[in-house]
Amino acid sequence: MSGAKWDVAVIGAGPAGLAAAIAADKAGARVCLVERESRPGGILKQCIHDGFGLVRYSQKLSGPEYAWRDIQQIKERGIKLFTDTFLLGLERGKERFALTLQNSKQAVFPIAAKALVAATGCRERTARQVFIHGQRPAGVYTAGTVQRLINIGGHLPGKNCVILGSGDIGLIMARRLTLEGAKVLGVYEIKPEPSGLTRNIVQCLEDYNIPLHLSTTVSKVHGSERTEGVSICRVDEKLRPLPGSEEYVPCDTLVLSVGLIPENDMLLPLGTEIDPRTGGPVVDQLLATTLAGLYSCGNALHVNDLVDYVSESGEIAGSAAARSALGKQNCPRHVPVIPRGDIHYVVPQKLDIAAGGQGIIYFRAARTLADASVEISAGGQALQQKKYPAVRPPEMERIVLDLALLPPGTKELSLNLRG
Amino acid sequence: MEKMLVCIQCPQGCKLVVSYSGEQVTVTGNKCPRGAGYAKQELINPCRTLTTTVKTAFVDFPLLPVRTLGEIPLKKVFGAMGEISRLLVKKRLRPGDLVLENLSGTHVPLIATDDMTMGEQNVKGSEICG
Repeated sequence: MSGAKWDVAVIGAGPAGLAAAIAADKAGARVCLVERESRPGGILKQCIHDGFGLVRYSQKLSGPEYAWRDIQQIKERGIKLFTDTFLLGLERGKERFALTLQNSKQAVFPIAAKALVAATGCRERTARQVFIHGQRPAGVYTAGTVQRLINIGGHLPGKNCVILGSGDIGLIMARRLTLEGAKVLGVYEIKPEPSGLTRNIVQCLEDYNIPLHLSTTVSKVHGSERTEGVSICRVDEKLRPLPGSEEYVPCDTLVLSVGLIPENDMLLPLGTEIDPRTGGPVVDQLLATTLAGLYSCGNALHVNDLVDYVSESGEIAGSAAARSALGKQNCPRHVPVIPRGDIHYVVPQKLDIAAGGQGIIYFRAARTLADASVEISAGGQALQQKKYPAVRPPEMERIVLDLALLPPGTKELSLNLRG
Repeated sequence: MEKMLVCIQCPQGCKLVVSYSGEQVTVTGNKCPRGAGYAKQELINPCRTLTTTVKTAFVDFPLLPVRTLGEIPLKKVFGAMGEISRLLVKKRLRPGDLVLENLSGTHVPLIATDDMTMGEQNVKGSEICG
């Protein structure tokens, strides 16, 4: 009952999964790609705005265009793509992963793979996770749901909209709603600074005179059947509501852009270690998780700001998974990467020093710092330093480390960020 | 005269200072030449790439994502949206295919950014889909 045997199975055909499958195929593995939707491309299908691909292609592409380039390669290489297919079960056997898939043509069927790449992306945080009071009237949406309704379904979810959270998707939807004829009354951000990219504040809000209210949040949704309005209030520096600052804003729609959470539910039964800071698996620089043969990439690993780096991580995970499946991987020797100073999180959390070559290190700052510098050191010896005019928590930073720099007998690496 | 701008050409978001008197414009704070071009254009006539969707005649692919091939004046964006809302795509287009040659008199073309032939394959329930 093991079904078709593959070297590498990739779960999710978004940008990470597409890049992983292509890289695994290039490395000589027999690879299949499993996607629950009817078309590959993942979230890029609904991200019709431009700005994708500046790093990878030196071009400003829209989301569908960016995905299309990888999809073309999948077709040209003849990589097996299961669409409209769900992963129902996942087990680790002695030599292979046993996957149970389901689709309308083959019903429930098994496949087996020597290595697995989890490219399952992330989910949006919902109203229930940000403690907004009130009943559950119609008209409260996450920004990604609004994006899907407008860009794929052609439905305008409301006419007078309030946006909570200044993440990039919220800002992009403020512009999109305005272009499609809705009125965006304002964007409210609980923190004292916006969480999206500055260019999106300019081209999505300022271009259309949409007000941005910082240190302000939505405290209550009014209405029982349909949203009738929201209460907004100002908060102090500890993000606590300021008494007496409450105001009523009539609206029919509340759009939430309040954060993304990596989706790794399918990995939990396997016992893979998850980093509570990233919400994704603990990995080394080859994006190997703590379970042999299992790799993670894209927004399932940690939430990225640029799709170009999602693809990059897919390529790393895909080629490493192929080498592991084909028995070309050396026995790993891991040392931890310890975040110090003002680092919020670091990926990878450990390095396989037996692998050699380069390691790409991604990190985020815990707070905004001017004239910051980050130093990688081992055993008190500085290996590499990088300076930044400024670092901000919403902007992911990236360093390429040459593993040949590591002194022999390295026990741990530290990554120290200072302002 | 001096004006502060944030460059929107890439995610870096350089903080630009534009000084100008008459025809003389100097830009500082840009990490690449695109910043200077952006700042000068922003003073005269702010221009943006417009991305939106167009209705199609195909049930499996009801909306086609499109973008302008180049930038159009910001003040013409709503007029362009009105023109685009009256379009109907009757052919299956692929990324880069022309939807409209001259959007709202800007002489900037509107192009498809998604592959409508992918939807067709799914309707047939083709073999590539496993």
